[in-house]
Parts: sequence; C-alpha cells; structure tokens
Amino acid sequence: MTEEIIIAGFGGQGVLSMGKILAYSGVMQNKEVSWMPSYGPEMRGGTANVSVIISDERISSPIINQFDTAIILNQQSLDKFEASVKPGGLLIYDPNGITHEPTRKDINIYKIAATAKAQELGISKVFNMVVLGGFLKLKPIVDKQYIHEGLEHSLPQRHWNLIPQNEEAIEIGKGLIEAVQTI
Amino acid sequence: MANKDIEARKQELLNQGYTEVYTKTKVLTDAVMHYCPGCGHGTTHRLIAEVIDEMGIQDKTVGVSPVGCSVLAYNYFDVDFQEAAHGRAPAVATAVKRLNPDCYVFTYQGDGDLAAIGTAETIHAANRGENITMIFVNNGIYGMTGGQMAPTTLVGMRSATTPYGRRVDLNGYPLRMTELLATLPGTYYVTRQSVQNPGAVRKAKAAIRKAFENQKLGKGLSFVEILSNCNSGWKMTPVAANKWMEDNMMPNYPVGDIKVDGKIAEGITAERLVLDHPLTVMQ
Amino acid sequence: MARELKLMKGNEAIAQAMIASGTDGYFGYPITPQSEVMETLMAEKPWETTGMVVLQAESEVSSINMVYGGAATGKKVATSSSSPGISLMQEGLTYLAGAEIPCVIVNVMRGGPGLGTIQPSQSDYFQSVKGGGHGDYQLYTLAPASVQEMYDFVFDAWDIAFKYRNPVLILSDGAIGQCMEKLYTRDYIPRWTEEERRQHAPWGTFGKPASRGHNIITSLELESARQEVFNLKLQAKYAEMKEKEVRFETINCEDADYIFVAYGSSSRIAMKAMQMAREKGIKVGLFRLITLFPFPTKQLAEVAKRVKGILCVEMSAGQMIEDVRLATECNVKTEHFGRFGGIIPTPTEVLEALENKIIK
Repeated sequence: MTEEIIIAGFGGQGVLSMGKILAYSGVMQNKEVSWMPSYGPEMRGGTANVSVIISDERISSPIINQFDTAIILNQQSLDKFEASVKPGGLLIYDPNGITHEPTRKDINIYKIAATAKAQELGISKVFNMVVLGGFLKLKPIVDKQYIHEGLEHSLPQRHWNLIPQNEEAIEIGKGLIEAVQTI
Repeated sequence: MANKDIEARKQELLNQGYTEVYTKTKVLTDAVMHYCPGCGHGTTHRLIAEVIDEMGIQDKTVGVSPVGCSVLAYNYFDVDFQEAAHGRAPAVATAVKRLNPDCYVFTYQGDGDLAAIGTAETIHAANRGENITMIFVNNGIYGMTGGQMAPTTLVGMRSATTPYGRRVDLNGYPLRMTELLATLPGTYYVTRQSVQNPGAVRKAKAAIRKAFENQKLGKGLSFVEILSNCNSGWKMTPVAANKWMEDNMMPNYPVGDIKVDGKIAEGITAERLVLDHPLTVMQ
Repeated sequence: MARELKLMKGNEAIAQAMIASGTDGYFGYPITPQSEVMETLMAEKPWETTGMVVLQAESEVSSINMVYGGAATGKKVATSSSSPGISLMQEGLTYLAGAEIPCVIVNVMRGGPGLGTIQPSQSDYFQSVKGGGHGDYQLYTLAPASVQEMYDFVFDAWDIAFKYRNPVLILSDGAIGQCMEKLYTRDYIPRWTEEERRQHAPWGTFGKPASRGHNIITSLELESARQEVFNLKLQAKYAEMKEKEVRFETINCEDADYIFVAYGSSSRIAMKAMQMAREKGIKVGLFRLITLFPFPTKQLAEVAKRVKGILCVEMSAGQMIEDVRLATECNVKTEHFGRFGGIIPTPTEVLEALENKIIK
C-alpha cells in the first residue's frame, strides 16, 4: 500500500497540521511516511499545501507531482491540483468558496461541507479534523487507535485535553462526506 | 635572552649586590618583536603580560589577535592564542568565553580591524555584554598595509589614501568607537589611555588590570583604548610622533575613563561624548 | 534521551542530533529554509540539560567566527545556514580549514544567485567542493538524502572532523530540511569532559598549563617555504580522506543499462524515476553520492564501465556532472538534467530526460 496525498488550502486552515496528524498516525502504525510542505511567505496567510505519503515500503521521493488523493480547501488549490490527481484517483473538496466545480471525468470526486458544519457546531478550530474524517471514511489507511496516538504526538501535552474534541470532529467528518461522482 | 637565562643572570647580579629595578615578565616569550622602534604596541603588550602575570592567570588566559600590525601577537604572549580573521576577534572571543567561562579572554585589535571591518562584531559583542576584555590600539592609520586612512584618521591628516589630508565631505568623520561603546548597557568599563610617557604607562596598566579583573564580576565588557603613535606611518621620529600624538590625537580622542563600573564616569558630559573634530594640519 | 521513533523535519533532526551527539556550542543566524535548526535548539534549552551553548549571532560572518573561536578551544562547535548565509561564511571556512579546526557546518541550500529564492536548490556544489573561499582547501562534504541521514550525519561529522582536524560540511537543501519523515533517535552521547577535551584536542587553546608551551591557532605563515610544507600536509590529509572516507550507495546498478547519478533530494527523485523506468522495462540504476568530497571517483568509474549512459540529476545548471565526467574520463555518454531557481524536478521529468537525452 502506498497512498500519495496532497492537502491544499489557505494558510491558517490547518492544512499542515492535518497532514502532520495523518503522518504521525502512520508512524504509529509502523508505516513509512513523509510530509513535505510548501514553505515561505505563503505559510503566512497565502496558500499552503503539504504532500503526505503513507506507505508499507521505503519512500523514494517525498516530492511528487501526481497524487492518489487531493484534499482541496479553496479555489486556487482546486485550480492548481485537480489535474495532478492520478486517473482513477480521489478528489475531496470543501464547497465553501468554490465557484468552479471540478470537471475531471476520470476520477472519483467527493465533497465535504466541513466549513459550514464546523461553524454551525462552533468547532471551527478542529475544522481540519472534520475534513480528515471524510478522507478516512473513504480511505481508512490508518486505524482509529493510531489516529489517537498521532494526535498525542502532534499536539503539545498541554493541549491533550483537546484530543476528544478532535476525535469527535473526525467522526462528524465521516458522516458528512458525500459523493459527487464515482467511476 | 631566554627566560631561564634571565633568571640565572638575575640571581648572579643580585648576589653581587645589585638591586632589581626591571625584569622581563615571563608571560612574554623570548621572540623578538617585529614592531617598529618607538611604537606603542611593544609597551602595550608588556602591560598586558604583566597584568596576566600579576593576577596569576597565565594558565587560564586565551588571547585573540587581529589582522593588522599585531597579527603576530600570539608569538609574543606566552599564553594560548588564536589569530582571528580581519575584524572578527570579538565574535571569536565571544565563543571562547561562552564555552570556557573560567578562562580570561582578551582581544587585541587595531583601529582598522576593530573600528572599520569589525565594527559590527565589536558593537554586538559589547551590546551582548560579553565578559571579555578588549584592548583597542588606536594610531589613526593602517600601519601594516602601509599607512592608509583608517576610520580613526583625523580630519586633515595625511595618509597613503588621503594624500592631501582626510576630508569630511569625502571620507566622513573620525570614528570614536570608545565613546560609542560607552553608551551601550552591555559595557561595564570603557576607558581611553596612552603609553607615550611613564605616567601614561602607569595609568594604562591600571586600566588594563581593571579590565581583566572585571571578568571575575561577570557584569559586561571591558574596553581599553590605547592611543599609540605610528611613527613609520606618520613618517616622523618616535619622539616627534609622540609629541604629534599629544598635540593632535588627544584633542580628538581625550584620554581618561568614560565609563566605570557600568556608569558614565564623573565629568563625562554629553558635550564631551560628541566633541567636534578640529582640523589637523600635518606637515 | 534514548532511542525513540519520531516524526520530524530535517532541520529539527539536525538540531536534535547536535544535542544528542554531545555538541558543545551552536552559533547561528536566521535564514529560510533552515531557521528551525536554531528555533529547535532554543526551544529545547540544551544549556539546562547537556550544558550546550546556543547563541544567535548578529550575522553569518559572526556566527562562523564564533565557530572558529569556540572550536579552536577543542570543543564541538557547529553552525547552520542556507546558501546566501553560507556565502558570507566563506572567509571563515577557509580560515577554519587553514587553521585545521574541526567543526560542523550545515548548508540547507536554496536557489540563487544573489538573494535568489527560498525554495530548494543544489547549486552550491562548486562552492562546497571546489572551495568557496580562497586557497587550496577542502571541506569533507556529506550529502544527506533523508531526515534520518540529517540526524545520523551529524554524529558521523564529528568523528571525521576530529579524526582529520578538518571542518565538515553537511550539504542539504530546503526539501530535506523542511520535509518530515520517520526518525530513530540515538542515545545521548555526553559532552566531553575536561579530560576528554584535552585528549581529543591537545592542540586546543583553553589555557596553557605550566607543563606545555602555548598553543597557537592561526592560518598565517609568512615564510613561503613553511607555508608550502603546510599546504602539502593539507593535501596529504585530503588524499587520505579520498583513500579512506569515500561514501556512496548503489541501487540496482548490477544489471543496469543506464544509471542516474545524484545526491540529496535529487537522489530521492531519481530513485522514484528509476522505479518508474523499471516498470516500463528500462534497466536503470542509481549511484547516490553520500560524500561529495571526497568524490567516489574510482567506484563510479567501475560502475560506469558497465552502462550505456549516465544521467546526472541535480537541482542546478549542471555542476556535479563535471566530477562525474572526470571520473568516467568521458568514456560513457553523460548528460545533465536539472531544474533550478527553486523548482524541484518531478520523477516524470527525470525519466523523460533519461529517454530523450540518453536513450533516444
């Protein structure tokens, strides 16, 4: 198993930390992982993206240009990465702020209204975990218990009290994801 | 004469009834100094060596020499020594002291090294309040490279690169590093001394002693500027050079303590810190 | 600190390895994409645990000279920076080499020239191995290709630095520095005791006991005859490194018709391209450089004899390729493929370059 993922959105949406929690969960499950962020000025308010690879084998390049899954959280990222999904791959997007829907016919497309749901429930801080939940529903590449360990390792100990809230958000996301196009 | 021979000869003379009035300190090596006769470096070296000897810290002292006339200072001091890149001695000494806090660490630099190419390192070491001693020999000129203008060259003073005299409109003003450093909270002792006569030498030695003693307190940087002639660079005899120094350097660079025990010294006014630079006429 | 499995960035790995390898001091200046090295050290506060000194200097010029001062006392002192900062350090590096001071310098490369870009690049190869500063000197240069190697090479660097009394450069890039991967940490090696320091660095300037003459650290020798002798001594040291300390990795080179030669993050991309080529039935191998100086000249020449073509992959306009061609004496078709200015080549591009430039 090798899953090559791009997560992309605005800086501040928790793109990098979502990737980190996923990667750390992979480490806990004894997988090979890599987490390669975009960095620089774009970290500070612009677009941010991170490539995460989770695999049973040694990872060759952490820098990749084709993805099994693209998790897209804004229009710029959709424009940039829709074409990078491998044929037969998966595209997940949050419809918030999306004006041009994805058009590929050779990939699976799902949407998750995580922004709206998180606002409705007043859990905007864990918006990214709602999205992660949607992804894990479709591709359960790491088990629940390892997600818990991944959260423990990703968050400083003083924030461990927030872990249950993060886990609830993941569960919410699993129920929120809906198919737009399946092939 | 080697140190051990000096010791033997001294005993011999004392046995003959002579009284000791002068002995070479053992903290200087037997190497023959390359400095020009009459230059202040030799005297300044000796004062530092005597202080190290008297304080009994030869085994704990690390010196840092600059690029410039005193680049070979490491050959003359019988203490562990590092030769730094041009201007970088304060950075080098910072690390020596931080990693070896029990050592007494001093830099020995000229005006080109400390006040031109190494200005940033000097100011930042002082501003961090490094517990080191910096000895700054100011002769208003680049001696080793053949008498070019230094940041400390006086207005009107001739040098190889200011053959018609330093012009403010072209070269700016002489830089008073010592006054500048005194305004930084990181400095604990800042003084300007000279070594052109026995009285000045005694005061300079007391200042150097204080600057080394201060390292025990851990309260910040001690900075001793020593005015020196550069008789070769100024193209004068040593005696004339010392006279010229008193008449021209000292009005620009007044001698005395500027900051003592972390406080601006008595009598040092704002006007004193920002003196005008009188036009110097060099024959 | 015992052996543990962690997920961390290459830059953090450098910092953690410095603490764990008993480094005595770190002096640095912020520059993207390596600022996490000093940030991690400052957050870890090793001065409270191991006694390591960490100081933010006013410039890279100052930090490399702090390395000079600290390391010349026989302690393990390191710095890190990225390309423009490393350019500023070149004066210090030639002084360190000339005064034979062991130390570790990390360059997390970004694209140039000038201020260039903050994105990854590998265009400092010439600067690193051909001598970025003046004079005949060499830095032992290690090129990590993973976060684990960022960590492990710090330990290796100390061994080499003190064995040869020579600065060691760890030449990485923004991709490896920013990338997070799995990492097995090592047991903490205590900082040297006073006695160990004296034993490992009897030449150090830490205060002269009555029992010895004064130690002098300098790179100055005004007598030309003596300076030549000293230069010959340095050359003999570099020759010994070439003989004994070459490191490289070969993957699938045994049956290969073509090989990629690459180091650092390019070697990871080349590895992916190699896998893609093999899926297409093209027998491709990878010769990965681990030491850039000493260059694995003989070993590469040996492999090159058996192949039809070599593609050098480097995020530059083609620097390493000169040493590859020297090693093979141009006996085999050798071309360069690279992107630069902060663009990272994709495995697809690398494979296409192999097909277009070498196989055709």
